[in-house]
Parts: sequence; structure tokens; C-alpha cells
Amino acid sequence: MTPPPATVQAPGSGETFLLNLGPQHPATHGVLRLKLTMDGEYITRAEPVCGYVHRMHEKMGENRKYAQFLPNTSRIDYLSAMHYTHAFVGAVERALGLAVPPRAEYIRVITSELNRISSHLVWFGAFLLDLGGFTPLLYAFDDREQILDLLEAITGSRLTYCYYRFGGVCHDIDNAFLEGTRAFVARMRPRLRLYHELVTDNIILRNRLIGIGPIPLELCRRYGATGPVIRGSGAAYDVRKTEPYSVYPQFDFDVPVYPEGDSMARYRVRMDEIEQSLRIVEQALERLPSGPVRAEGVPRVLKLPAGEFCCAVEAARGRFAVRIVSDRREIPWRVKLRTPSFSNLSLFEEASRGMMLPDAIALLGSLDLVIPDIDR
Amino acid sequence: MRATLREIVLGCRSLLVGMRVTMVEFFKPVVTVPYPHEALRMPERYRGPIELVRDPATGRAICYACQLCARACPSGCITVEGVKREGERRKRVTQYQLDFSLCSLCGACVEACPDAAIRFSKRYNWATPHKEEFLLDLVRQLEQESR
Repeated sequence: MTPPPATVQAPGSGETFLLNLGPQHPATHGVLRLKLTMDGEYITRAEPVCGYVHRMHEKMGENRKYAQFLPNTSRIDYLSAMHYTHAFVGAVERALGLAVPPRAEYIRVITSELNRISSHLVWFGAFLLDLGGFTPLLYAFDDREQILDLLEAITGSRLTYCYYRFGGVCHDIDNAFLEGTRAFVARMRPRLRLYHELVTDNIILRNRLIGIGPIPLELCRRYGATGPVIRGSGAAYDVRKTEPYSVYPQFDFDVPVYPEGDSMARYRVRMDEIEQSLRIVEQALERLPSGPVRAEGVPRVLKLPAGEFCCAVEAARGRFAVRIVSDRREIPWRVKLRTPSFSNLSLFEEASRGMMLPDAIALLGSLDLVIPDIDR
Repeated sequence: MRATLREIVLGCRSLLVGMRVTMVEFFKPVVTVPYPHEALRMPERYRGPIELVRDPATGRAICYACQLCARACPSGCITVEGVKREGERRKRVTQYQLDFSLCSLCGACVEACPDAAIRFSKRYNWATPHKEEFLLDLVRQLEQESR
């Protein structure tokens, strides 16, 4: 029997074939499907097909009370649950004019930043896994485990925290958490240096990332890409600085920006962000005020005044915004969720045109997509 | 030529540095738990499937079927029934059904309870091929515990 003729053609032959990347593929982290039109090893068109984990979060928001929708917020992007809950409670607090006690705001900042570090550590491990390096994942998960243990002790959950409440947080933090967090910050700095030794300086990684998958700033703007993606393309856009919320203006931290726009730039942005988050946590621990953690006078039955209320936060993957439209009932009329991964994925089609398949995997991984966040 | 040589030397060096990191890790203590042989203790606030709390004075459940938990639940997985007996001030819970297959452990019920009559259990390693086994009758569970 003669073997079938090779499907791989020389570039520019004009003959293409369709290749399915996903919905079950290790590099699509969940159930994203990319319909790739290939000209040999080169991509001519990449069409993302999403919706495989669509759970109607927005519709669910329209048929339950505000407090009942709260658990949903930590399930949209399960890796940065704190930020998503923050945006939702923030929108309701703005609508009701609730003043959150300072201690609660500081606790929110500490837990949010820890969550950001843990999310970036998952990305770090998974991204390198996509590129064929298994070892870094184990190092990253060892550190992430410390954060999950800390957060589990105060929230009762390892991923779907649902820790923030309208006007504060669910429980106060204890001394064990404070000491554990201090110990984590002290542990993480040398670990970051170790990551750079093990991974960032590695010649194989550098060759696979430098100059690969450049995303021009104009493209980011056109598709509404945010977070580390736009910061890796040279724009210092960070919701914590541009639309300050909570007590972030009180902290001294930098927004890491790299102008190259390639996969290495996005890698560096996230690694630097871990460092910056550690700085914020350190400052917040130092200045943590005492006092209550929940505002007085939060009505038992929540009814928002008629109108539109928005709140945006800087989630681990970019700008997450909640828009609530209320018609004075106990149930919102509309809950719009603006998720960062959807915009970050959208630019993939244009950015991947003409790339080789293994490079496109590097580009896809550097976007740090969470599929339930795209589909929501 | 020089640049290529330099790249080769630096590249080899980066690989050796990586090897060193891995080698050092060999001599560090194990960080994982050999799970089935050894289990972790759940923290105080761990959110497992809810259970009824016993009143130490009477030995019965504190719950008096006020329905606040059932109303607070976003998934509608709680059904509570109670009867008021002759000479008693409050109802007594007769049936507390929790459909754990729908529960997302958000804790809205525990927070809504005015008398701390329900709490989270520490149960976490629980699997079954039969969905009906997740239909829990918490009142019966409490009675069985006292036996």
C-alpha cells in the first residue's frame, strides 16, 4: 500500500487545508476551537469558534437578586475570581452610595493582588507547557499553592472565593493570614529570581519568544485588547491607574510596559507584574488599618435606584467591567459583563496571519486566555 | 562569527544554569501530600456541604424552618419543612432536603440563617456514580449522628 501524499506544501503554493485546533487541545486550555486554514505550515486564516462553555452568566444576572448573582462572578474567570467579584460589588456600591470601611478596602487590595499573582503563576506554568517545557509548571504550582492555602483559610474556597460583600468583605483576616502573607512575599522574591534563571534566560525560550507574534499597538486598540497584552505593545493602560478604584491610588507601584509587542514582551510584563503586586501587598500589610470590615446600614433587601451603574477593575487578564441597568426592582434589568479575554482573543485572527503553527501556539499562550471568560 | 560563538557560549551557559536550579531542587523536601494515605485537614472556614447544627440544650436541631435559607439560595437546592407542635413557641424542622448536585457552595444559606442553625461541613472527598445520592436529608443525617 502506498502512503497518502504529504499534505504539507511549500509556502505560497496556493493550496490550503483546514486544521482544527481544539476544542480539545492542550494548547487551547479548555474548549476553545480555532479553525485554521493552513498553507503548509503557515496559517492563512485562523477563525476562533467560541461558545463551547457558554453558561449565560449575563442572562442569569437578569433573573436573580444582586446577592444571588454574587457567586456567579467568581466563576466567569475562575483564575481571577477576586477581581470579578470586586467589579460587581463595586457597581452595586456605587449605585447605593455605600462607603466601604478602609480596612475592608485594604483587605480587598491584598486579596486581589494575591489572586493576580496566583493567576499569573498559572499562566506561567501553562504557557511554558504549551511551549514544551514541563518543569516550570511544577515550580509555579508550588508557589501558587501557598497563595491558595492562604486564601482558602480566610475565604473557605480555593478558587471560587466569593469573598467580597456589598459594603465590605465576608470575614475579617486574622494574624495567621497576615504572617502567612508576609512569609509569602519574602519567599516569592527569590523565587522570581529563580524563575528568571531557569526560564527567562533560557536560550530555547528566548528563541521561541523574541520577535514572535508581534502585536502592533494599533491592533490592540482596534480590538479593545487590555491588560498585559496592550502593556506588552507599549501602552501604559492599567485600570488601577487610569480609572482608579478602591484604595489603589494610595499605593506606590509601577505599570510595567514593554514596547516590542512580541510574545517576550507580554511574558516580561506578567513577570514584572508579579513583582509589582508583591510591592502593593507589602505596602498594604504595612498600613493595614483597624476597624470594621463591613459597612453599616447595608439594606437587607437590595434595590438599586433606576439607572445605569458601571465599575471596571484591572483583572489579571485586563479590564473587566460590569454594567448594571436597574429599574428599581430587586432583580437587575440587565447585567453586562465586559470580559478581557474576549477582546484579547479577537485580535488573534489578524495577528496570526502568515505565522507558522508552533509560533502561533506561542502567540496564543502569551495572550493568556481563559475560555469560560471568553464565553461567559 | 564572533557573535555566533558568543551566542553558543551564552546559550550553553543558560542551559547549565537551568540544570543547576533543577539539581538543587532534588535535595529539597517533598511538597506534595500522598493523598489517599494522608489527607489534609480542612481549614476552619472550609465550605463543604451544609449540615444542621444541634442545640446542646435540647439535643435537636436549632432550625425552625423559617425558609430564609431556601429563599436566599441562588440555585433553589434547599427544601425545608417544619411543623408547629402543641405548646411550643416555634416550628420544628421535619425535613431539610439539600440537592447537592445543584449546590455551588456559595454560602448564601449559611449567611442568611439568623440563628446559625446551619454550618458548612468539612466533607470534601465525595464522589458517586448515582445522582440521587446527592439528595441529602439533613434532618435524618442529624438523627443518625446522635445514634
